[in-house]
Amino acid sequence: MTELPKARIATASLAGCFGCHMAMLDIDERLIELMTLVEFDRSPLTDIKTFTRRCDIGIIEGGCCNEENVHVLQDFRKNCDVLIGIGQCAIMGGLPAMRNAIMHSDEPLRECLEEAFINGRYIRNTTHNIPNDPALPLLLDEVYACAEVVEMDYNIPGCAPTGDVIFETLSKLLAGKFRGFERETIRFD
Amino acid sequence: MTPQTTTTPDQGEVARICDAFQSDPHRMLDILRDVQDRFRWISRETIRTVAEKTALSEIAVEGVASFYAFLSQEPKGAVTIRLCDDIVDRFAGLPEVTEAFENELGIKIGETSADGAYSLEYTPCIGMCDQAPAAMINDIVLTALTPDKVREICEDLKGGKRPQDLVSHRFDDLTPYERAIRMVDNNIRHAGAVLLGTTPADAGLKKALDLTPHQIIDSIEASGLRGCGGAGFTSGRKWRFAAETPAERRVIICNADEGEPGTFKDRVLLTERPHLLIEGMTIAARAVGATEGIVYLRGEYVYLRELLQDVLDDRRARGLLGERIMGMAGFDFDVRLQLGAGAYICGEEGALISSCEGLPGEPKTRPPFPVTRGYLDLPTVVNNVETFCHAARIIDRGAEWFFEMGKKGSHGTKLFSVSGDCLNPGIYELPYGLSIRKLLELAGGEDAAAVLVGGPSGTMIARDTFHRELTFDDLATGGAIVIFSSNRNILEIVEYYMSFFVHESCGYCTPCRVGNVFLQKAVAKFRQGLANPADIEYLKDLSSTIIETSRCGLGMTSPNPILSTLENFPLIYSAMVKPSENRIRATFDIQSAIADARHLAKRRSHIFDKDFGE
Repeated sequence: MTELPKARIATASLAGCFGCHMAMLDIDERLIELMTLVEFDRSPLTDIKTFTRRCDIGIIEGGCCNEENVHVLQDFRKNCDVLIGIGQCAIMGGLPAMRNAIMHSDEPLRECLEEAFINGRYIRNTTHNIPNDPALPLLLDEVYACAEVVEMDYNIPGCAPTGDVIFETLSKLLAGKFRGFERETIRFD
Repeated sequence: MTPQTTTTPDQGEVARICDAFQSDPHRMLDILRDVQDRFRWISRETIRTVAEKTALSEIAVEGVASFYAFLSQEPKGAVTIRLCDDIVDRFAGLPEVTEAFENELGIKIGETSADGAYSLEYTPCIGMCDQAPAAMINDIVLTALTPDKVREICEDLKGGKRPQDLVSHRFDDLTPYERAIRMVDNNIRHAGAVLLGTTPADAGLKKALDLTPHQIIDSIEASGLRGCGGAGFTSGRKWRFAAETPAERRVIICNADEGEPGTFKDRVLLTERPHLLIEGMTIAARAVGATEGIVYLRGEYVYLRELLQDVLDDRRARGLLGERIMGMAGFDFDVRLQLGAGAYICGEEGALISSCEGLPGEPKTRPPFPVTRGYLDLPTVVNNVETFCHAARIIDRGAEWFFEMGKKGSHGTKLFSVSGDCLNPGIYELPYGLSIRKLLELAGGEDAAAVLVGGPSGTMIARDTFHRELTFDDLATGGAIVIFSSNRNILEIVEYYMSFFVHESCGYCTPCRVGNVFLQKAVAKFRQGLANPADIEYLKDLSSTIIETSRCGLGMTSPNPILSTLENFPLIYSAMVKPSENRIRATFDIQSAIADARHLAKRRSHIFDKDFGE
């Protein structure tokens, strides 16, 4: 009997805080168990920056706040069979999407940047400029949830989801037994 | 009262206005309306004075002042121009009319001129759809506006004419009725047997005196009369419930807050049959044993205030209101006029009662229903204008006469307010059971592609179902029939009506306050071609959440423009959705998403601008 090939996983953090990636490490020693089933391709955990080949699972933390996020997400959709959003930022836009609340302005993006870099009360910005290095990706007009940009297959809710929930979900998915979440595992009150 | 150009309100004067209403907190809306009329705004200081006089907290007064669209906490111009922003007005040339006003007055919509002379704003349907575009200039209504007419109006106003003078140069010499019909044409296209034909004065009331209260209620119940405001509750049962609730005092309220866009039948009855209305209310008072009555007149119909006040005074003078009506011992009943101040929600009976009590117009939790605990916790009958008029005629002509007309379950005649794309917009009094096709023939609207029955909270039907009938069991309506030709964009209409509900939600419950905003945004996505196939399910899902979890009728019906067009015009929605390509959403447009940043950073995208660096 031949050994099953390992599932290939890629991960990325878009407009998130890396908290969900940290939570993945909260799987703790069960990581060893998991690693018998999977191997990592493109991911901050491996520091591989581009896909080496097609992956079974893509895990996305964070929503899209700039053009690079969109580019990465589209790239993941093209290269992964199953795409999973992890955490509220990927699912709903999360904290970065607070800037979407600047609605009653003719130039909401300018207003947001000026508040962040020039006018804010606690800003220490000696240049008094908004950063504009050519290497910086252009910001989007607002922050988009991943599902607005590509079709997502699953979402793991939480901010961040616990290591347990992540481990459970991934294990069940790999075993082909994932049937959604028990209410108790994803309630936070 | 003569409005002044904006000044700091004289607090002595504010106190005198409070005194005129005995500083009764239940008359808060009247007090604030008068202050608004006099000073053109309700200042912080004014709120303090009114709070002191009425022994309420400032926040309670501010709650009322900030709820109603016609009350303002910022100074408004001495002449406030409110353009009716209904979809029918938009199709009839509102954009051009708005532009003309903006150019002539040098201010934009929502602004007040620097000298405090003029304010210009939009307001939802003012009940003039049969003569759109229309506007209110202070308490005056002007209809069928054109850019040329607007230029004339502005010239006259700048030349020192009062808004009244725009109606007639001898406005002051006209009777209230003459003033009303000079301002607004009632367009009665078909008079039926009950309301708009000949109605002998007070014949019903005379007969009611010979009947016991019980017999009156029996007769109303036997006639099959159902409420004409839209909900269609059996009127006789409503009266019986109120009569059977033990109480010292009972109240009769007439709901003349006809705010459903496209409805204007009550306007016509209030102008042409005001005596019949009060007669009906008086009969109801005898039936249920009420001594107090209120006519709640929507703020947009303030031009009918004098007319109705005259009718009440006249009836009091003739012994038809007040103590010992028609000489009958123990039959005491009087009516006061309560003016609204621009809030659609006040057409909902609980909200209407709140408003009469001097509170913000928020619906009440049901049960208890108003028939057991309504206005000031007294048993209260709230009926529509048309319902009371019918009741008076039923008592005069007999229940059988009324029952014979119409169809089983929908008896008698109904007033239909027909507007939109037809040759003869106006009022049609017809027996229940008529098909939409027949009504379209009468109104000269055979080219219709869509007909909205019952206003935005009703049903939008397509050509293939024009055989459907106007009854409570098929197409129920409070009277609004809005006709749209094939030149109209259904999704534009739906989006407009959703924006109407967003504006008019009282904000009490979240599903309605927030959900309607999401619905409006979702429809906007369809219009822009940015909707996914999954968004159709999203519309249905969100709609059912709003319907199930809202407290009052507004939220329970606000998704109807979407649901009824999804059902009857499904191809419009499916034609507008864009499926994904390779599971990447075709509806996400990166170019427009980075347009702002490109402009701000003054550089191009090295990812998405293909020719970058070339």
